[in-house]
Amino acid sequence: MSGTFVGMPGFPPAAHPAFPAAAHDAVHNPTLRANLRHATHTIRAKRARAVGELSDWAALREAGRRIKDHTLRHLDRYLVQLEESVTAAGGTVHWAADADEANRIVAGLVRATGESEVVKVKSMATQEIGLNEALAQEGIRAYETDLAELIVQLGEDRPSHILVPAIHRNRGEIRDIFRTEMGKWGRPAPEGLTDTPAELAEAARLHLREKFLRARVGVSGANFMVAETGTLVVVESEGNGRMCLTLPETLISVVGIEKVVPTWRDLEVFLQTLPRSSTAERMNPYTSMWTGTTDGDGPRTFHLVLLDNGRTDTLADEVGRQALRCIRCSACLNVCPVYERAGGHAYGSVYPGPIGAILSPQLRGTGSEIDASLPYASSLCGACYEVCPVAIDIPEVLVHLRERVVEGGPAVRQGNKVVLRPAKGHAAERAAMRAARWAFTHPGALGAGQRLASRTRRLHPRTLPGPGRAWSGTRDLPAVPPEPFRDWWRRTHGGKDGAA
Amino acid sequence: MSSRERILGRVRRALADVTPDERPYEEAVPREYLREHGDRTAGQTVELLAENLADYRAIVHRCTAEEVPDLVMRLLARRGSQEVLVPPGLPPQWLAAADPVRIHDRAAHTAARLDRVDSVVTGCAVAIAETGTIVLDGSPEQGRRRISLIPDHHICVVRVPDQVVSSVPQALERLDPARPSTWISGPSATSDIELDRVEGVHGPRTLEVILLG
Ligand code: SF4
Repeated sequence: MSGTFVGMPGFPPAAHPAFPAAAHDAVHNPTLRANLRHATHTIRAKRARAVGELSDWAALREAGRRIKDHTLRHLDRYLVQLEESVTAAGGTVHWAADADEANRIVAGLVRATGESEVVKVKSMATQEIGLNEALAQEGIRAYETDLAELIVQLGEDRPSHILVPAIHRNRGEIRDIFRTEMGKWGRPAPEGLTDTPAELAEAARLHLREKFLRARVGVSGANFMVAETGTLVVVESEGNGRMCLTLPETLISVVGIEKVVPTWRDLEVFLQTLPRSSTAERMNPYTSMWTGTTDGDGPRTFHLVLLDNGRTDTLADEVGRQALRCIRCSACLNVCPVYERAGGHAYGSVYPGPIGAILSPQLRGTGSEIDASLPYASSLCGACYEVCPVAIDIPEVLVHLRERVVEGGPAVRQGNKVVLRPAKGHAAERAAMRAARWAFTHPGALGAGQRLASRTRRLHPRTLPGPGRAWSGTRDLPAVPPEPFRDWWRRTHGGKDGAA
Repeated sequence: MSSRERILGRVRRALADVTPDERPYEEAVPREYLREHGDRTAGQTVELLAENLADYRAIVHRCTAEEVPDLVMRLLARRGSQEVLVPPGLPPQWLAAADPVRIHDRAAHTAARLDRVDSVVTGCAVAIAETGTIVLDGSPEQGRRRISLIPDHHICVVRVPDQVVSSVPQALERLDPARPSTWISGPSATSDIELDRVEGVHGPRTLEVILLG
């Protein structure tokens, strides 16, 4: 049952190698590693400064956690309220149980307008469901308008970071992509384009402007939806979001059901924590909020597609459901020693890094090699939990999911209760073991993690449910010798493998 | 069964552990965070706004009501603007001395037409000192959202100290959720290329803020 469950088209996990194999390329690609290291370290330091400016950060973080938890625990009520508010404000609400249904709904809505192209704001949810590919099959072209997404789309590439999806590309590569590909999609890159970021941004501005000005249909996601008022919020930097949300006649927003918050006032928490956690700014350049439709201003037609696609299955897991609090700030990626070395593509999903390691296996199930290996793509150092603005205990969920992979047990898949078989002898377990070994044979990843862990975990005492989840116990990875890691490593590698 | 019923049914089954006597929203969410950060006089709050606006590369000017027409005229002239977009409720005296041709914010104007306009002058709904943010909400002094988006040069007039609040929570209190709002913190920017910040991608690449008071 779960062995064949593939909830996300786009990047079928069945075709994706397990984490350690996928990470192999990145670890041995010095350019990629240098890009990633530079990027994550830069933003990490900036974030710490931006967060340090707020003396009440801990209280904001706690409020954010509680708002999200409360909402999730009464999600049915808030979704119904949201539907009423959006409808009352002139919008139309659609419900999509899975990716296929969401794609069908959007394609149908676009076709009904008579248009064959749409402009898109960067959105994790539409990437998750493979919307662009689905629209292409219907003869509808979706233009990505976020600069990084444009780089990814033109390069026929995959995003590798939530916030900076083209983080794996350097400026020279970007210039080459613009020069060769832009012309195929519309206005070509200017003659003599160099690789300075300002010129590259200007080339993107010119290329996309003609698309914005003629666009009749916009597609977006949303960072937040307010149940009380029916307001949607999109947080961005470049202004492409404003273009897509304001200029077209029809706006279609595809949003995961976990993005709802109860009240307008709740935004005061997240509009403080999200920008500082994600781009390390006091505030991102542009935030758009809209409630249904407004006469004479912006789209005349607004559709909201509420997406499940594995979220209710995740909600059914009392330990794992906290992953649904995620506001996609990407702070956990930037502090993760494993992400820094493995790169975003190794995670085999649009959600890379620590959050991807707990979200993908829950949204999609642990049946495939990649999803079974993801809970092991971590050294359990706890740095992700430290920085998370909604206090998701990622290590706790990782350990919980490891148990699930190894021991099996009850779970919910596509709304049905199932009993997962233990993965013993299964391809999934072998993948998991390789991932565990991978983390252990990259002592840089583990060592950095352990130092952080010992510094911080003491400050955050917790009681985990069940004796098997006691913190000390969880650090023993299955089938790894019960001796101290460093001894084990010295014994098995004799210190020969220095490539962390 | 409709997908709506299916999803709501799944949610309810997933939440079997949630009992009806759970704490209500008001008690479940502690709000021990601050309403604003630091203790400032109104004047200091305006100073902080100016500082944070400038930190995010907005160009900040200060003047009195009498000086606005002259200042706006000079800013538009320096830019070489031929045409300027005007929201319906913009105080006429703000543009009294300005040379460019006024283009009024009309529904009939296509986006392509607005793309040929050099500058736009608007008021604002509220400005947030702690974050260096101005918020537009489509009121008559600001016009519809697209007029402050398409031109490459945006001049925004903030009445200080009346329109200035310290913090995000205070700003939300002043805004009407039914109105579409745009929160602007500096000119459009991207860090997508090697995390190098570049000002100006799709929104106005030059943002000038006049603190009037
Ligand atoms: S898990 Fe937390 S830190 Fe990671 S992206 Fe989500 S909100 Fe941000």
